[in-house]
Amino acid sequence: MLQYIIKRILEMIPILFIVSILIFFFTHLIPGDPARLVAGKDATLEEVTIIRAELGLDKPIWEQYGSYMNHLFHGNLGTSLKTGLPVMDLFVDRFMPSIYLTLFSMVWALVIGLLIGTLSAVFKNKWPDYFGMVTAVSGISLPGFWLGLILIQIFSVQLGWFPTGGAEGWKSYVLPSITLGAGIMSMLARFTRSSLLETLKADFIRTGRAKGLKESVVIPKHALRNSLIPVVTIAGLQFGFLLGGSVVVETVFSFPGMGRLLIDSIAFRDYPVIQAELLLFSLEFILVNLLVDILYSFLNPKIRYVA
Amino acid sequence: MELSKTVNQSNTIITEKKYSPLKEFWKNWKRQKTALWASFFILLLIIIAVVGPYIAPYDPYKPDYNSMLQGPGSKHFAGTDEYGRDIFSRLLVGSRISLSVSFLSVFLGAIVGTILGLISGYFGGWLDRFIMRSSDVMFAFPDLLLAIAIVAILGPGLNNVVIAVSIFSVPSFARLVRGATLEAKETVFVEAAKSMGASHFRIMFQHILPETLGSLIVFISMRIGTAILAASSLSFLGLGASPETPDWGAMLSLGRDYLGTSSHVVMMPGIAIFLTVLAFNVVGDGLRDVLDPKTKNE
Repeated sequence: MLQYIIKRILEMIPILFIVSILIFFFTHLIPGDPARLVAGKDATLEEVTIIRAELGLDKPIWEQYGSYMNHLFHGNLGTSLKTGLPVMDLFVDRFMPSIYLTLFSMVWALVIGLLIGTLSAVFKNKWPDYFGMVTAVSGISLPGFWLGLILIQIFSVQLGWFPTGGAEGWKSYVLPSITLGAGIMSMLARFTRSSLLETLKADFIRTGRAKGLKESVVIPKHALRNSLIPVVTIAGLQFGFLLGGSVVVETVFSFPGMGRLLIDSIAFRDYPVIQAELLLFSLEFILVNLLVDILYSFLNPKIRYVA
Repeated sequence: MELSKTVNQSNTIITEKKYSPLKEFWKNWKRQKTALWASFFILLLIIIAVVGPYIAPYDPYKPDYNSMLQGPGSKHFAGTDEYGRDIFSRLLVGSRISLSVSFLSVFLGAIVGTILGLISGYFGGWLDRFIMRSSDVMFAFPDLLLAIAIVAILGPGLNNVVIAVSIFSVPSFARLVRGATLEAKETVFVEAAKSMGASHFRIMFQHILPETLGSLIVFISMRIGTAILAASSLSFLGLGASPETPDWGAMLSLGRDYLGTSSHVVMMPGIAIFLTVLAFNVVGDGLRDVLDPKTKNE
């Protein structure tokens, strides 16, 4: 097990390395001169040249990458062109709200998705199943930004239950979390249903029922536990969907998180922030996939990973 | 329809229909009631996308400052926006944009991904490792984030949205086709083709590719819904269509400031996106049940 975890971590290194190269070179392809942006429209050519040298942009691109990586290993993500502040400082206030938002969305999506999926499977072809699956297909098809706007209109503007934006207090997380988690919840409900239906056909379930076990024991203890394996995998893979979706949801709710910062940075072409954000997002995504693989092996004792 | 004649025991000649995959598909498809209706809806949407600009009651670009933010009524079926433009006409014309952006991006992604998947699965070895590791790197970026990053580099605009969405579709298609190719290349008919001296190109495209078509069609139909959502999200973020374009995502983005006073400005394009994506997802589910029984969802 430990060997497997070490192997997976070692595998992550070259991927992260290639990702960092891609992000660095791609962000340098963004049109526009960063030195000109910092200097302002009225700056003279000399001023722009001085700023370019200060930013190290006059050096060959490989040298720039080397210096970027060197700084990265020392915890220095660069300086924002827009604010002049270290990128790390910009992340400090925004990182945790985004993580909370993603986690809240995933937690409610998992709980409700599992519940709907289980009820649909147990009451197959009855009204809870039809209701659950209509909800699931609709949830996958809903544009997140539209759902967010409707929720703001109903629960913030008309009923006044929740704030329309910001990240102050638990109330400001409710509507963004619902919006962000809706798609994942629907996907998980569908996977839970099909996975549970498959498990319910298994011999050990028939044995359990033949022994006279109650359905309240067979379903949660025997069937659901075994059905969770593919569901956990899907949940992990969908984490990326949440990271991408958070950009849209944070924009709708004026949520001061990483996603909104990315959009603001793109608008200003603040490439040190853009590249640091993209790197962080991919690191998060790769780490979550690793965690999912580890959890997968815990849930399914049949799986014996050989490093 | 080709017919063959057989003689039964009493020597009377009866006609017997030959097996037709298309007819078999239609027979099964008719049983998928919801998917059947959804496919009719998509067909209607495609017709609207083609004839939309000709049947639109108003000019979708022309402002009318005397009828700003009017609610749905007899004159303006879906109301008007903040410039007095007829929302129904903009939705009709916008259907062409939404459908063409999503179809184009998914087909481009499918073509590139399929070729890479075929090569990867068929040849194996270092080529397989290289393609799969490259797709691992692309999978390290969440879909929408990758699209946002690509549009940030290429600049906003619908053409770049097509490129961005097709690029993020490539690794998924490559993985899917690689898996199917690995299975198909072990079959007897591929062995037979090899022993008869068929070229690699012929084996890949004439023998293996048809085997992957079922899963490919299912996946394409499901990805179109995803592509519509991604493209409209990019437009909503101001990275896709320009604000005056009657793109559904851009319409929603512009209208959000008027949600409190004139909710129809946001509701109408939202419903259009929702119903279209829903229809593609339902059709995708139906196709999976008919064409890809291995992954059949009960």
